[in-house]
Amino acid sequence: MSEELLLKVENLRTHFHTKTGIVKAVDGIDFELRKGETLGIVGESGSGKSMTAWSILGMVPKPAGRIESGRILYHGEDLVQKSDDEMREIRGTGICMVMQDPLTSLNPVINIKKQLTETLELEYDEDKPSLVQRAIGLLSSVNIPAPEMRVTSFPHEMSGGMRQRVVGAISISRSPDILIADEPTTSLDVTIQLQYLKLLKDIQEETGVGIIFITHDFGIVAKMCDRVAVMYAGNIIEQADVVELFDNPQHPYTQALLKSVPDLDDDVDMLPTIEGQPPDLANTPSGCVFRDRCPNVADHNPDLGMGLVEVKPGHFVDQCCVMR
Amino acid sequence: MTSMNFEPIQLTRGQAVRKWIKDHNPPWIALTILFLLLFCGLFANFIVGDPMTNDLKARQIPPFTDIKHIFGTDILGKDMTARLVFGCRSVLMVTAPSIIVALLIGTAVGLLAGYARGWVDSVLMRITDATLGFPSILVAMLIVTFVGTGYTGVIIAVTATTWARFARMIRGEVLSVRERDFVVLAGILGVSPVMIMWRHLMPNVINTLMVMISLMIGQVILLEASLSFLGIGMSPGEPAWGIMVAEGRQQLLTTWWVSLFPGILITLVVMAFNFFGDWLRDYLDPRLRRAR
Repeated sequence: MSEELLLKVENLRTHFHTKTGIVKAVDGIDFELRKGETLGIVGESGSGKSMTAWSILGMVPKPAGRIESGRILYHGEDLVQKSDDEMREIRGTGICMVMQDPLTSLNPVINIKKQLTETLELEYDEDKPSLVQRAIGLLSSVNIPAPEMRVTSFPHEMSGGMRQRVVGAISISRSPDILIADEPTTSLDVTIQLQYLKLLKDIQEETGVGIIFITHDFGIVAKMCDRVAVMYAGNIIEQADVVELFDNPQHPYTQALLKSVPDLDDDVDMLPTIEGQPPDLANTPSGCVFRDRCPNVADHNPDLGMGLVEVKPGHFVDQCCVMR
Repeated sequence: MTSMNFEPIQLTRGQAVRKWIKDHNPPWIALTILFLLLFCGLFANFIVGDPMTNDLKARQIPPFTDIKHIFGTDILGKDMTARLVFGCRSVLMVTAPSIIVALLIGTAVGLLAGYARGWVDSVLMRITDATLGFPSILVAMLIVTFVGTGYTGVIIAVTATTWARFARMIRGEVLSVRERDFVVLAGILGVSPVMIMWRHLMPNVINTLMVMISLMIGQVILLEASLSFLGIGMSPGEPAWGIMVAEGRQQLLTTWWVSLFPGILITLVVMAFNFFGDWLRDYLDPRLRRAR
């Protein structure tokens, strides 16, 4: 793994100011992404995974959403301080995103060629025929058969897997160095999922793009990621290399999540669950956000604020589980 | 299993045209009416005589009795045939420009309001609401009073009262399209707002726009007819269908044909545009285009 640091997020807080109060969607997270590395962000719905992505892209829904504090250092520049125009330049060329649904990520009324050349012409100052050639090249790089013919297709004429590849092609069309994949395989069937994940890996090997992989599927995490950050209620509660996290989860939430992954070898009637509900993000408990559901709360120090401590080299856990 | 190899079938030009017609089933009656409207409008002065000449010796001739005046004459002896044909021209000269201007203004306002949202949306939509709130005839009367009657006055009046409908419709459509993933993705990729509006929002609202146009053309013809009927549209005596209906109204029991024929023509043209718009909406949708 190369050492070049692409992205460093420090104490990022993204809050939403609503009528019912301040919703702390992301509440003080830190992580790093290096060249060629894949960071998995896992967590249940509403844990702040997607909002982390939108914060990095500078596309937090305004005016309710706001980045309250923290820094997002991209090649040493703080993205939080950038204007909309500067961010538009950085998005696409530097940071791009693949979204969940290939069916809606493509414009239904214009053909693939137009959608690809639209972004290519922002990147390359060339005439139309050579842009179309580049578009065909992109399609063949994402393994679309007969790209010369496919390039004039409309989205509805393609299968779901093919559309997801086209979306992938569009996302890498400006050769970004960070790709955020927000559950890119949820709407695909499992065989297509596998092909698509392999494609992402291939792209990464070829270009060295750093991938932030947002998912709640531990199977995909195991296959795709180098490092994993587990999010809960807007906080990262544990972060480690993927093997370390699977072998030696420290936080009770991570342990419970891993236990709830079905295993074909075990014959169980009921998968284990975590008692209770995730907290209302407008009204999180003080101290540890997990205290109301934590099975080991008696042994911990839940009044300690959220914050990661390094228990092993590269393995970070929320401090309340460690400091008694 | 044999390998599937699809050879593109070469069609002759005639076959291709026939296939296109079979695939798309254009609305023939509506197209014929619209073609006749265009033809009569463009070449009215070659087809019939002067629609403005009074011939007091040949007043109120009923239709289908005199070979020189097939559709009869009005109370001043003006030839109805000539007036009906020239009426097509006034439809083209007033309706087309007012629709186009209203469409451009309305679409621009709608796109901007729907995409920008926030205070831009609020300001533009309050203006639109205000425009829609006034009865269109009243506004048109006010404008014509300032600008004066005749072509320009009517065009401005009609535009001023119809652009808001386009704006409202387009804004609503844009609000739903802008939240879809491909618009968000284009934003992530650094495509500028102007290009997003032009490439992603416009093509997705164009179907609605087409249907709107076809429906609005009918309404605009009616509005023009109403204005002329009220005596504030085209100057009296001009060969516009609305004026003719108005002129015939007072003698409806005796010279009924003066009102009836232009009335029928207004109905036919409005219906033709509606049928054509319906067909166009289906034709423009790529999902329906190749599926058949």
